[in-house]
Amino acid sequence: MATFFGEVLSVYSRAVEEEEEDVDEENEEDEEIRRELEQKREVVLHWSPEVSEALRSGNKLQCSDFILAVGHNAASFLSAYVLSSANWDAVGHASVWNERSRAVTGQHSEESACVFHRRKDNPSVLICQVTCYLAEDQQFQWTEKVFECLQHRELNVMVLSDGSVADYKTADYLCSSSAPFLRSLHTGAFSDRPVCQPLEQPNIITGLPAAVLNHCQVHRVAAVVYQCYSDVIGPDSVTMETYKLALTRLGRSIQLDPSPSTDILRKFARTTDIQSNLYI
Amino acid sequence: MPAVAVGNVGQLAVDLIVSTLNMSRVGHIHTDCLIPMAGNNPYATCKEDAEELHTPAEVYTAAELKLAVLQIRAPIVQTKSKKFRQLLLSWIKASGFSRTVVLSSSHAYQRDDQQLQGTPLRYLVTPSLLKVSAHALKELGWREMERVSAFPGLTDANTEPRLYIPGGGITKGLYTDSCTEDLPLAVLLLFCSEGDNIPDAFTLVNHLNDWLQLLDNHSPEPNKWKIPPSWNLLFGSGIPPALF
Repeated sequence: MATFFGEVLSVYSRAVEEEEEDVDEENEEDEEIRRELEQKREVVLHWSPEVSEALRSGNKLQCSDFILAVGHNAASFLSAYVLSSANWDAVGHASVWNERSRAVTGQHSEESACVFHRRKDNPSVLICQVTCYLAEDQQFQWTEKVFECLQHRELNVMVLSDGSVADYKTADYLCSSSAPFLRSLHTGAFSDRPVCQPLEQPNIITGLPAAVLNHCQVHRVAAVVYQCYSDVIGPDSVTMETYKLALTRLGRSIQLDPSPSTDILRKFARTTDIQSNLYI
Repeated sequence: MPAVAVGNVGQLAVDLIVSTLNMSRVGHIHTDCLIPMAGNNPYATCKEDAEELHTPAEVYTAAELKLAVLQIRAPIVQTKSKKFRQLLLSWIKASGFSRTVVLSSSHAYQRDDQQLQGTPLRYLVTPSLLKVSAHALKELGWREMERVSAFPGLTDANTEPRLYIPGGGITKGLYTDSCTEDLPLAVLLLFCSEGDNIPDAFTLVNHLNDWLQLLDNHSPEPNKWKIPPSWNLLFGSGIPPALF
């Protein structure tokens, strides 16, 4: 569009992308490329032999508690405070590829981006840590595929999710000392009391936690999301500690290490790589 | 229902309708075609109903007005817009609505010379709705959306004027599919630009009200629509005092 000074700017809308008109006139080659791309972007779950066996012929995993950590701080919190005790088995991972995935140099990075753990002495408690980026069209798919494997009856879902305080809207400006803090959102079927304040309007959550919440709402599963708003980019021990409050309710199913050693914390709260020291 | 379109005007207008008429939620559309989001009750009136989870596509009704409203809160996943259109149309058919109205908008900067003059509001109706509503539309004196030439400036006899709704999202697709499937559907759209689209939402919803008479006519004040709490802080948080 033209501005008052006569220059022509390209305009974009926050609501709609530029449409591709006449998509139906795609030729075969385009369709082939589109199909291949779709296949590459499919979310694939890889379970351990034990679990694959249990899931055979349409059976579902008996699960009473499913805890999902989305983001580095949430995932590191679970690693440091819960998974550090030797009571957990890694039982699977999900492979997810999208435009933001870095070129994988070996199996290791792919496997650690989305991992499932199960308690040895109580296999109905399942933990999942997601540290990779899930694209908008993959979030629903991931959710459907994972929940397909779990029986829904008497299932309790808890999602710990990282967020930035910059995305949190409030009328009184928050001074930095109040971050990090938790806000909760839960489904209609969740009858317990959340451990923190509910997420106030006009704030919303998006991404994988939202996809999980939508699924649970529609399927009447008790689920709660604890969104942690932090002012630090990257893994940080203070932010991780904020999630402690969320797990107090699960005391019986999850054994929380109340104060992990500094060595363990240091392992997870690495400072970011020096290549990006612009904002130190 | 709204179309997710420039300025989100349709969606804002629907928010006003649901909020003012105090409509009750009766269901949701759970689909992989919309980007996931979740939040607490955007129409909360008190603390008790504030903690109710809401999803990207929900249906509300007002029984006394025989009105159902679909609100769409998230963008459509780019590769799934055709699938979403088909989903909506099959739902509309299955529900047996006597008429469907799509509230939409289009980029103001892409108007051609004749569209620049006069009102920024336009309408479209499918043939099957025209049979029933022709008289009402004539009375209202509304302006139909013009067909524009595909290549403005070129006087090529072969290119017929066609319907073009830039920035309208799935509006054009919904309209053309409804014509093909003989569904009674109307589109009400507004030419606008991105920015503070609240006045645009009011313009569109008042325009709709002229036809459907959703509100009581006894209150003549212009601001008879109730703004929902989810419209707070549309342009960000409060300003940090330390900035000054």
